[in-house]
Amino acid sequence: MTDSAIASHDEHYQASFGSKYIWSQDHKVIAIQYSITAIMVGVVALVLSGLMRLQLGFPDQFSFIDPSAYLQFVTMHGMIMVVYLLTALLLGGFGNYLIPLMIGARDMVFPVLNMLSYWTYLLSVLVLLASFFVPGGPTGAGWTLYPPQAILPGTPGADWGILLMLISLGIFIVAFTMGGLNYVCTILQARTKGMTLMRMPLTIWGIFVATVMGLLAFPALLVSAIMMFLDKVVGTSFFMPVIISLGETLDHTGGSPILFQHLFWFFGHPEVYIVALPAFGMVSDILATHARKNIFGYRMMVWAIVGIGLMSFVVWAHHMYVSGMNPYFGFFFATTTLIIAVPTALKVYNWVLTLWKGNIHLTLPMLFAIGFIFTFVHGGLSGLFLGNVVIDLPLSDTYFVVGHFHMVMGLSPILVLYAAIYHWFPKVSGKMLHEGLGRIHFWTTLVGAYLVFLPMHYLGILGLPRRYFGMGGTEYIPESAQALNANITIAALVVAVAQLIFIANVIISLRSGKKADPNPWGATTLEWQTPDNPPTHGNWGPEAPVVYRWAYDFSVPGVKQDFIPQNVPNSAVEVTDAAAFAEAGK
Amino acid sequence: MAIAIIILLLVIGTVIFHFISPWWFTPLASNWSAIDNTVELTFWITGIVFVAVNVFLVYVIFRYRHKPGLKADYEPENKKLEGWLTLATTIGIAAMLAPGLYIWGQFVAPPDDSIEVEAVGQQWHWSYRFPGADGQLGKVDTRLISEDNPFGLDPSDPAGQDDILIFSNELVLPLDQPVKVLLRSKDVLHNFTVPQFRVKMDLVPGMLSSLWFTPTSVGAFDLMCEELCGIGHYAMRGRVVVKAQEDFDDWLARQVTFAQTQDRVAGDSALGRAHYQVCASCHGAEGEGNQALNAPRVAGQDIWYLRRQLHNYQQGVRGTAEGDQFGGQMIAMAGLVADEQSMQHLLAYIDTMPEPARATAEGNLNNGRQLYRNCVYCHGEQAQGIYHMNAPRLAGLEPWYLARQIGYFRDRIRGGHPDDFYGAQMSLLVQSLRSEEDIADIVAYINSLSAAD
Amino acid sequence: MSIFTKLMEKPWLAQPEGADPALLQPPPSYWPARTALRFLLVTITVVFSLFIMTLLGRSQLGDFHALAGEPWLPFDNPTQLWWNTGILLASSVVMHAALVLLRQQKQQAAALAVVGSAFLVLLFLLAQFAIWQQLETAGFGMTSNPASSYFYLLTAVHGVHLLGGLVALLWVLKRFWQQQSLARIQSSVRLCVTYWHYLFVVWLVLFALMTSSSSTIDSLAALCGF
Repeated sequence: MTDSAIASHDEHYQASFGSKYIWSQDHKVIAIQYSITAIMVGVVALVLSGLMRLQLGFPDQFSFIDPSAYLQFVTMHGMIMVVYLLTALLLGGFGNYLIPLMIGARDMVFPVLNMLSYWTYLLSVLVLLASFFVPGGPTGAGWTLYPPQAILPGTPGADWGILLMLISLGIFIVAFTMGGLNYVCTILQARTKGMTLMRMPLTIWGIFVATVMGLLAFPALLVSAIMMFLDKVVGTSFFMPVIISLGETLDHTGGSPILFQHLFWFFGHPEVYIVALPAFGMVSDILATHARKNIFGYRMMVWAIVGIGLMSFVVWAHHMYVSGMNPYFGFFFATTTLIIAVPTALKVYNWVLTLWKGNIHLTLPMLFAIGFIFTFVHGGLSGLFLGNVVIDLPLSDTYFVVGHFHMVMGLSPILVLYAAIYHWFPKVSGKMLHEGLGRIHFWTTLVGAYLVFLPMHYLGILGLPRRYFGMGGTEYIPESAQALNANITIAALVVAVAQLIFIANVIISLRSGKKADPNPWGATTLEWQTPDNPPTHGNWGPEAPVVYRWAYDFSVPGVKQDFIPQNVPNSAVEVTDAAAFAEAGK
Repeated sequence: MAIAIIILLLVIGTVIFHFISPWWFTPLASNWSAIDNTVELTFWITGIVFVAVNVFLVYVIFRYRHKPGLKADYEPENKKLEGWLTLATTIGIAAMLAPGLYIWGQFVAPPDDSIEVEAVGQQWHWSYRFPGADGQLGKVDTRLISEDNPFGLDPSDPAGQDDILIFSNELVLPLDQPVKVLLRSKDVLHNFTVPQFRVKMDLVPGMLSSLWFTPTSVGAFDLMCEELCGIGHYAMRGRVVVKAQEDFDDWLARQVTFAQTQDRVAGDSALGRAHYQVCASCHGAEGEGNQALNAPRVAGQDIWYLRRQLHNYQQGVRGTAEGDQFGGQMIAMAGLVADEQSMQHLLAYIDTMPEPARATAEGNLNNGRQLYRNCVYCHGEQAQGIYHMNAPRLAGLEPWYLARQIGYFRDRIRGGHPDDFYGAQMSLLVQSLRSEEDIADIVAYINSLSAAD
Repeated sequence: MSIFTKLMEKPWLAQPEGADPALLQPPPSYWPARTALRFLLVTITVVFSLFIMTLLGRSQLGDFHALAGEPWLPFDNPTQLWWNTGILLASSVVMHAALVLLRQQKQQAAALAVVGSAFLVLLFLLAQFAIWQQLETAGFGMTSNPASSYFYLLTAVHGVHLLGGLVALLWVLKRFWQQQSLARIQSSVRLCVTYWHYLFVVWLVLFALMTSSSSTIDSLAALCGF
């Protein structure tokens, strides 16, 4: 890009530092703000998990971890990771950055709302972190926040901690709604010329469906948070039955704790897919790009995303098989849960089949994406145990559950996030991430985390209960279980430290990384075709791109290059073998 | 290339780990072998898929990794292949789901000949109730729970009079007899899990849930709470003991009914005074305790707690452990009030004793307060003791005695006996006191509290 | 083209040069604010539906007593609520009138109507508050009974949404004030009309629910599987 080009763009967008980087309405800046905040709060959650693992691996060695602190670590780790890191980073971060660029828009349709969304999100994070500093500390009710215990003494943080948690979630939901409306409207209304729905990259499909699901599912969390807040503060009895707590009879009358669980999981299960679907989408695009091959079964992938999105609203009670709800629900929810495995399995097959007969470049994003396939297969299969109602009887509430969901919605989406960061970092920053550091980061993360979560499944089968501060003496838990737990802790600490390599890599590469080509991976999607790298305000210069094809024209027969960007018309394609080109349906 | 090898190694490692793992189901002790079989079947199906998908992935990476001149295939979709894969997946899913649903059908329908027993959960203890001779459990209401009626039974319900109450974390069940366990909670969510029985279910306050199983081997099994219920969650342990039918009948016959608990005669403090004369030589005329004789203060202590400890001494639960020579001395003494009536009189007398003066204790009160936050829920803000939490009064106990008992709990001199559930719980909880200073600090803090009951 | 046929498209097939339907079609009408409002209304509907579902579930537990159905219950004779309904209906009608006036290019009258509608909303909220106080003094406080708790909760949530509407109205009034183009003003008033009508309908549902007798609520709950 020439200097005069920069100048001409700056004419369109004269801005002070404040409005450019802080009070910015540019989706790219907001995306970076979202990402940095989410990663920072994620580091807090990572540290908490390390502390938790210290207690589990080496019980009673660390004087600052007592039962209260342990439960607080567990709770905050879970809630931060699921909501404030994964949801925010995938939708607020990548959603914000990629939606306008991938669909050829100049920005979100409501830039001010977008900015407000970020600042509201930041507020929710600050309120959440504030709970570390109030009397009693943050809530230790478990990330599911089940009443009655969440708001009763006997649980750490039952006074201030839980209230701040509920308020923070409320604020987060407002932030998400503002952002979510923006994403949905942008995708529906601001697609550039030629960008039909079925020409959208799967990333956009994943983000789109996840956002719609979020708009439908987060209300359930809001409703339950409001009602629990009232139970705690005003003394209503929505969820609170008659209780004799620590020797004192409370004033509540016959509420239903199970009602809360239904609400929570009506949010909580779709939330799993709110995290998973954008990850599915991004990994599809990354696999296709780095294997130089079209995504296998694009239509099936879209249908699966939509189908999973719909189905995920009728499986929620599989988290409640042993909750004491009407046991006959088990038949229905086990069936729906196992049915949802079919489209999910198809997605896995299609990822592998995308690689099949491809031209696999084992770049860093590709490594992470392949790592994702491996861990996701493992986590998905262990989900078939828990979803099958009768197997859930022995395994529910044990380490098996912990192993399963960390594999499937902890490690797997995080591997995709890393794949995505390594993939899109050159576009965002104009610099390549360092290859060697990236490989060390990848190998320690994949192997280390697998060594953390694989053994947990077996401890669960043995019957180790989750959320236990210490196992104490039992008849059935052998000494060796503790030894295994110690090994898990060591692996977990190694993985945690390896994440520092990543952060160092980002900093080093930003300062002195190799300058990136505008399209270093030879990708077809629009964000790689911007006139400037990194894209500037307005994204496209004077002319918005026009889309002539789908996002997966890799290695088309009869074409010289092994990819055709979406904005290249057939007439501009360098065809070497017209017959083959025509036979491919072009 | 490395990725292909590593993934292959991870797959092989996973399979090997699976087969050599010593961490596997505990030996089954109930009728639910069908659950184990379903798990086994699911392992086979998912295991084959796991290996197949990943080995294919490894092959693909190896075979189609980038080499100069390699060009990828172009194939947007392959309906036929996708159709076959959908079909195969659906069959696999159905093969796992069908037995699952079939067995769940058995789980939701307890057999007609099953006996009922109620398990009551509270933070962080268990108690149980059998229906008694009439085979019917009496009505209960959480609002009726009191010190005299910890189960909250409705006194006006005749069906409840003969209900047999078990004030212990230990439940005894007969062998080979289907049992339907009705689950009830007084406060928060809990969960009834015996790993060897395979089944589990939450206890939900305000409603009744249930599960059923048939114990198939004699023995003692850990009962774990597996639904987070507060800071004592990990210490909420019980035990299910399975005995032959006649042993079970003997045991059940020795337990008290609700009616019996209601007409316990009150003790007479005047008569108790005579019993106390033996105790006075060590514990002091006013029950003030005597450090030189290693006798703690009894004045001001909760009567129910003293009763429990006397029972413990009588039954060899306390004072028998190696290292507890002072407790050992109490065994003979406790034998002097072996009949329930004398004990009632003695306790009634102790109850009349005035509160003795406080000793002093050195320690860091701030640290003590911080440490006490895990104790406060059971022993109370002012260490006044809470009957419903089975937690005795600590305020007013001499610092030397407190420190010694904490040390005993830590070293499992106390709490090591299999029937000392509350002691075992304390053993788990005092682990968060990591040093002698911590113990001194918390003792000093407790000593600074004034328990105005 | 229905969504199903769209999803059946095979996007990899080339379209003849210059005849790509994706390029020939006129772009879809660009009105993102309306799309956003529609999604927002769906979200709000989910919120209210979930509240109502929990109410129905909660109603099947022993301590729930409906607020109507017996002569001594506060909403057995809901005259006051009918008055409030009238106020909210008036607000909705006046808002609609503003749109009609705009179509006749009478900006000033329309602005007045918008202000009037806002005023009626405030009046409605005050009247709702008065009902809260009456209930409170009649012994039906927030914690007296789950049915009362739900009444306060649902009316409060409904009221918050009305207040949100009033905040949005400030933007509309700004457009009037700055004498922006008629089309712009008209489009924003159209969205307000939608929102106002929507909240009126929500109120009708809440009204019907809160003044139902126990037996009606029981049959509704049974219908929903509780």
